Amino acid sequence: MGGKLTLTQLRHKANDLREDVIQMLEAAGSGHSAGALGLADIFAALYFNIMNFNPQDPNWADRDVFFLSNGHTVPIQYAAMAEAGYFDKAELITLRKLGSRLQGHPERVKLPGLENTSGPLGSGLSQAAGYAYALQYLDNQKHRFAYVMMGDGELDEGNIWEAAMFAGKYKLSQLIAFIDRNNIQIDGSTEDVMPLEDLKGKWESFGWHVLEIDGHNIESIIAAVDTAKAITNRPTVIIAHTIPGKGVDFMEYDYKWHGVPPNSEQAKEALQKLRTLDGKITAGEWA
Amino acid sequence: MSDYILNPNVLNDDVAQEPIRAGFGRGLKAAGEANSQIVALCADLTESTQVSVFRDAFPERFIQTGIAEQNLVAVASGLAQAGKIPFASSYAAFNPGRNWEQIKATVALNDQPVKIVGGHAGIGVGPDGATHQMLEDIAIMRVLPNMIVVVPGDSLEAEKATRAIAENGKPSYIRLARVKTPIVSTLESPFEVGKAYVLREGYDVSLMGTGVMTYQLLVAAKILAERGINAEVVHVPTIKPLDNDTILASAHRTGRVVTAEEAQVAGGFGGAVAELLSEKLPTPLLRIGMKDRYGESGEPAQLFEHFGLTGPQIADQVEQYVRSTPQYHRQY
Repeated sequence: MGGKLTLTQLRHKANDLREDVIQMLEAAGSGHSAGALGLADIFAALYFNIMNFNPQDPNWADRDVFFLSNGHTVPIQYAAMAEAGYFDKAELITLRKLGSRLQGHPERVKLPGLENTSGPLGSGLSQAAGYAYALQYLDNQKHRFAYVMMGDGELDEGNIWEAAMFAGKYKLSQLIAFIDRNNIQIDGSTEDVMPLEDLKGKWESFGWHVLEIDGHNIESIIAAVDTAKAITNRPTVIIAHTIPGKGVDFMEYDYKWHGVPPNSEQAKEALQKLRTLDGKITAGEWA
Repeated sequence: MSDYILNPNVLNDDVAQEPIRAGFGRGLKAAGEANSQIVALCADLTESTQVSVFRDAFPERFIQTGIAEQNLVAVASGLAQAGKIPFASSYAAFNPGRNWEQIKATVALNDQPVKIVGGHAGIGVGPDGATHQMLEDIAIMRVLPNMIVVVPGDSLEAEKATRAIAENGKPSYIRLARVKTPIVSTLESPFEVGKAYVLREGYDVSLMGTGVMTYQLLVAAKILAERGINAEVVHVPTIKPLDNDTILASAHRTGRVVTAEEAQVAGGFGGAVAELLSEKLPTPLLRIGMKDRYGESGEPAQLFEHFGLTGPQIADQVEQYVRSTPQYHRQY
């Protein structure tokens, strides 16, 4: 069980996760910066306030489950898992290295605590829906929830809408989905590459309850999940508006940071910004 | 050496016939009775895949996904993570034809015990034509690490195979033909995943068949015997893992091998045997099946004739092959 942090503690934790991500990506020399940084607040809320789990017993029968659908953002999940105690933080810098349990995209069989294998986009919602179906209809476990994180660019995939129809049909109320609405994908803005709007209307028409929040407001994130849990006749999707690269100003809003890591100079600058943000150390130490 | 129990009536004109999928339907129901964790999903083809037998017995464990094969298999992956043993069924043309990547990432790489059921496989689907005649499934499924690939030869074996993969704990693919198929085996005949069976002993040539082609090889062997050629017949219902020992031992005995499948020989069963023989015991090989072309509309019997897959046609091909190809003998 991760323990429930306060809002202030969660904001600090989100910053810790961002620092972890920068260090991991710099060490790896490849990987996706923007999405992982943009998701730090949601992952802090999920792993340190919202979800029930036990890092010492990853398959604990009473746990909530989290499925990452946009697998390329997995560094933020690894960071959250390490901070939560699934494994030692020192292992984080093995990301993407030969022999590491921290594969470039998540592989369940490699790392206890992962619930799925993903990377090819579009199938995580289906996997979470399958689990939620089992909770609701086969095992009658009403106190557990299946969470899934999707990217917005990922919504181009037809598989997502197959799953959206499925979850709507079966009213999978223990399925709580997040969309990381950061408006970027590899080739540019989502609305240029393949427009997603009216996104809220699309999901509502598929039978979902839709919430829209500021994905960096931890209080809103927690409140949205509370609302989702109270909606018992439909699945809920939380459209979380996020800033890609959030917390590192030279990465923010820039789609070019989708698929690249910081070099050592950039990492140093990013860490300085992150560490001074909360006054944890003085800028002078890094100058 | 062959202690396999063949249907004594197999080569008579009045041999009993049954669609292979009927055996799957019975097997799935029996598996469901034995294990309450088994669930079945279907993509809008519940009657024709015979998943309806399970649905009628266990409606609370049946999940209709609609015509959405990518979702079908990825939902099954999630159910497996929740401890279920899902059978995900559709026609082979779409499952694994449409959803191969989801099978790779969410089932095979993810090592979940999802059972992919590919119905109406092969040219035997008949009048529906090339789009629905799945010929590439053996090739694309057997290259997946972790994946088991089973191609039963008749309905009795399909029933046993279904029950076996239900309990094997592994990602598995079962290929099912639509047409009525002569019953080759008996209730007492053995079936074990990963085993091939010598149905008829011989010393001039080894005829190795998978799925419905094994029956055609038994017919061919009888004709060949009348022409002075003593053919061994090996039934290979598991393509992966391949029973290397049985195949190599037979190849070693006869020094000539023929494979038969109603699928693309490239990458298919013939491809698998070619890989094995060329590495372990280079033996002359004749592969019978579909050769780099698609099927077309027609009645199943007409199509088997058109593509040279009937017992008498195979006998002619094998006779010519045996008369022109020296036996290869080498220690291994």
